[in-house]
Amino acid sequence: MSGEDKGSGPKELGFETRAIHAGSQPDPVTGARNTPIYQTTAYVFDDADHAADLFNLQTFGFIYSRLTNPTVTALEERLASLEGGRASVCAASGHAAQFLAFYSLLEPGDEFIASRNLYGGSITQFGISFKRLGWNCTFVDATDPDTIKAALTPKTKAIFIEVLANPGGIVLDLEAIAAIANEAGIPLIVDNTLATPYLLKPMDWGADLVIHSTTKFLCGHGTSMGGALIESGRFDWAKDGKFPSMTEPDPAYHGLTFYETFGDFGFTMKARTVALRDFGPAMAPANAFYTLTAIESLPARMDRHVANAQAVAEFLDGHASVAWVSYAGLPANPFHDLAKKYLPRGAGSVFTFGLKGGFDAGVKLVENVNLFSHLANVGDTRSLILHPASTTHRQLTDEQRENAGAGPDVVRLSVGLETPQDLIDDLDRGLAAAES
Amino acid sequence: MNGVSPPPLHYEDATLRQILGSVRTIAMAGASANWVRPSNFVMKYLGGKGYRIIPVNPSQAGNEILGETVYTSLADIPDSYDMVDIFRASEAAGEIVDQAIAVAADRGVRVIWMQLGVRDDEAAGRAEAAGLTVIMDRCPKIEYGRLFGELSWCGVNTGIITSKRRRLSR
Repeated sequence: MSGEDKGSGPKELGFETRAIHAGSQPDPVTGARNTPIYQTTAYVFDDADHAADLFNLQTFGFIYSRLTNPTVTALEERLASLEGGRASVCAASGHAAQFLAFYSLLEPGDEFIASRNLYGGSITQFGISFKRLGWNCTFVDATDPDTIKAALTPKTKAIFIEVLANPGGIVLDLEAIAAIANEAGIPLIVDNTLATPYLLKPMDWGADLVIHSTTKFLCGHGTSMGGALIESGRFDWAKDGKFPSMTEPDPAYHGLTFYETFGDFGFTMKARTVALRDFGPAMAPANAFYTLTAIESLPARMDRHVANAQAVAEFLDGHASVAWVSYAGLPANPFHDLAKKYLPRGAGSVFTFGLKGGFDAGVKLVENVNLFSHLANVGDTRSLILHPASTTHRQLTDEQRENAGAGPDVVRLSVGLETPQDLIDDLDRGLAAAES
Repeated sequence: MNGVSPPPLHYEDATLRQILGSVRTIAMAGASANWVRPSNFVMKYLGGKGYRIIPVNPSQAGNEILGETVYTSLADIPDSYDMVDIFRASEAAGEIVDQAIAVAADRGVRVIWMQLGVRDDEAAGRAEAAGLTVIMDRCPKIEYGRLFGELSWCGVNTGIITSKRRRLSR
């Protein structure tokens, strides 16, 4: 497959236009302009032959909302468009999307390499729960891409990174890491949750698969859980026999071969019709609706998120109680140049800072703010605050916590869309309380 | 293709719509009798959309695939057909293109379509010189689904953005 220029459409429209329109054509029957919530579990067949064609994947259409639902597929198409990908499958959460990706990639005994700077839940999923399925993850310090190269083995089937890493402040050299994956003939998977495609499109730099927790900035208002897996359509699954689930007849579908049959959206079809079908973590149609609605304002929201984050980070950087601020938008940050290269519109709005008063000061701060909400989420209109060591990163060892940038003195912020001076005043009061 | 990447192919949506909207009968070179093979999928799908697909496959000559008699070659098909869909490796495409050119005037062939992954620029040049329209490295099932809304139903980025109602079929 040449893999090039498969989209034979007109000149691509702008990001803001696609954020509103992609995937959401007016309803063919009613003319409804907004994508309706198709709150249905199942869909009638025209006749027995049509049903057989659907079950055999010989035709496109809806069977059961565990596989596809019209509201959810509208969101899938929009996400594929915004990421510059070929196709997408949504899931109940970002964690579920990761499961769909790895189930479709790996055989028991296979390995993958992951950056150690990940959302703490991903470190636990990869390091402990995946291990029980025979999928072995090697964590590396991907701020030095050579560590990835050194960790490659003949069983390595993928590289997984967050370019703008949770809990914040770290930016990886995406282009260099994509070159390593390409040379090894394995896909590079980027969790793009914290950046969103508005700030970074990983596929433009060579990523093959993108994962999202749509729960975060994409849905953006703290209302709805969701996840997505997006494929670029440019990875050659047949090159050297590393991905039999894509290139060999699948016993789950009468011996159908996914890559040969569906070409550049074969991975998405595999993830949907085998992993999603058989394990069931489907996105709810109402959640897809809230996420579609929110994405319409993603560009405007992200511009304000990064502006507010920059203002709050600069305030903290000059505060006497603060030991350090890890925000790549600050010129002194060691990842500032990488942020300028990969995230020219801004380094996101999630970052960490350290308190001179350590663990106790962190606990006091989160208990004494009044606008920032103390909870375990990011990417909300509301500003959020968290002490990772006592919450999201609690299950990790001390060493893992330090490696993930979540030591005892660390506080994480997700800066929302409130008036920036109000946020600064709130933190100022909280820091004063933490001092006393 | 001698290891040198040929230039990317680009086809306007309007061109593909015009072809898929006007063609009625398609001769499919390389149609498989095995129902899980991609060619059989495409034949079944397009048949369901109202096209008549006539299979060509020497190893199945005289048998039926999806109710249609299989022929040895394009020249053996007694009926007229508008399009030839080539479901063979790129190396085999040139010979089929030449057969199509030879019978084009007599059978009414207007379009030669080579499947996803199939491309022969020289053969395409010969067909275009003979007045035929050529599409390469595309699947008519996928393009039909993309242009008429069904591909969106499995989360594929169709590239189609419009404030007009979706058209349900050609």
